[in-house]
Amino acid sequence: MPIFHMTRSALLLLADSRFPAGAHAHSGGLESAVAAGRVHDTATLHAFLTGRLHTAALVAASFAAAACHCENAETLAELDHEYDIRLLSPALRTASRRLGKQLLRTARTTWPVPRLNLLAATPDGGSHHPVVLGVVCAAAGIAPEDAALCAVQGAITVPADAAIRLLGLDPGEVSGVLAKLAPPADRTASKALTLARMAQLKNDFSMLPALGSPLLDLAAEDHATWEARLYAS
Amino acid sequence: MPAKAAKTPEARETPEAGETPEIPEAPARRGTLRIGVGGPVGAGKTSLVAALCRTLGEELSIAVVTNDAHAAQDAAFLVERGSLDAERITAVQTGGSPHAAIRDDIAANLEAVESLEAALDPLDLVLIESGGGSLSATFSRGLIDRQIFVIDVAAGERLPRKGGLGITSADLLVVNKTDLAPHVPADLEVMRRDAAAQRAAGPGGIVRETPLPTLFTSLSEHPGAPAVADWVRGLIVEHRSPAAA
Ligand SMILES: Nc1nc2c(ncn2[C@@H]2O[C@H](COP(=O)(O)OP(=O)(O)OP(=O)(O)O)[C@@H](O)[C@H]2O)c(=O)[nH]1
Ligand SMILES: [Mg+2]
Repeated sequence: MPIFHMTRSALLLLADSRFPAGAHAHSGGLESAVAAGRVHDTATLHAFLTGRLHTAALVAASFAAAACHCENAETLAELDHEYDIRLLSPALRTASRRLGKQLLRTARTTWPVPRLNLLAATPDGGSHHPVVLGVVCAAAGIAPEDAALCAVQGAITVPADAAIRLLGLDPGEVSGVLAKLAPPADRTASKALTLARMAQLKNDFSMLPALGSPLLDLAAEDHATWEARLYAS
Repeated sequence: MPAKAAKTPEARETPEAGETPEIPEAPARRGTLRIGVGGPVGAGKTSLVAALCRTLGEELSIAVVTNDAHAAQDAAFLVERGSLDAERITAVQTGGSPHAAIRDDIAANLEAVESLEAALDPLDLVLIESGGGSLSATFSRGLIDRQIFVIDVAAGERLPRKGGLGITSADLLVVNKTDLAPHVPADLEVMRRDAAAQRAAGPGGIVRETPLPTLFTSLSEHPGAPAVADWVRGLIVEHRSPAAA
């Protein structure tokens, strides 16, 4: 019996973009996309987020679901390695580990339960964000399917929030874009859960999806060298 | 690196009766004093941080966290004017919301502070400069031990009267650029009186037992910020004394 019981309120708390774990300073590649003129209105934002749903969101969600299910540190380390080799951009790898570290730190005060000790052995840089997210979900009493949903939401709300700030888009219209993306977001989360279960059954995490976005990888490398930037990634 | 994990091989979610589960703790606080430096854009925050680094650099081990979009410029300035080694400076991005990064979601700043404390242990002082913000942008107590709010005489003599959390409740208010008073023009006496009134009252206008301190500085005339440095020295002594715990 976990200290924190299965709860939907915990999911809402963790998925809220105000949850204080550092995400507000990341744009999920949107700052670069705006600078390059690729995203400039709600239509192009919708296209950008659709791309995220089918790539980064699906990968992150399948790792979050797998990590949520995982009950030993060795397997988590394996998952972390599998996620690491899916990120081609060193800047994105650093950003993901930072976010993971920050999430774990906030979770320690939010849900102080032994489950978080599973991540105690991770190296100095911290584990990758989706892996930490999965473990934090387990600590908070959130089920793997909701961990996947939480990862998907994060992957699209982070750039959506940045679009409101960087482009001055009407926040209501941006919410409208997210609402339109809700059904595909749900589908991405279910697919991620299925993929995580299959990998678990076969005990082979290399089966987890490995979809990337080369343009975002290149842009992330460039972004890290900007003289002035508002977002960490 | 699974070696250390052997300590808790399985997540024990069901503590035995009477047994205290091992609760993961946030990294233990080291002896470092953490001071936040906030205030509106251009008030002189980076100049003050550089001044403190230079004046106190001989006697204290210091590191700085910046929250400005122009991280490289800030770092170059601190290296040059504050005689600080580049490895003692970490930049944090704020997503364009300086107040969010120092108050609402301090995760990135905390991580930066803790990493500096670990890398440069033992560190006496970490100065965290916020991005230029509004008059109500103050630091979370979860991030800092004390905070300085810097305002600028050139912003007009009425500024202290406007109040705002920074002016009314920062541990130290610094009214900088007094050398510009004749050019604004601004009557420093009016500013002194208004600042004192704001800092004599707490939230809801309740009179404080002792008014919070205010210092008037000109960093161009006194680039070492001696008065502010003395205030910091006092805090270091207080922080090191066992009673502080
Ligand atoms: N005349 C005068 N200028 C000053 C004084 N202190 C700082 N300045 C100048 O004011 C300008 C802004 O100083 P900074 O230290 O960069 O101010 P800041 O608060 O860090 O600014 P942001 O980080 O951009 O919000 C610089 O050109 C400084 O040289 C002072 O006491 N007198
Ligand atoms: Mg500055």
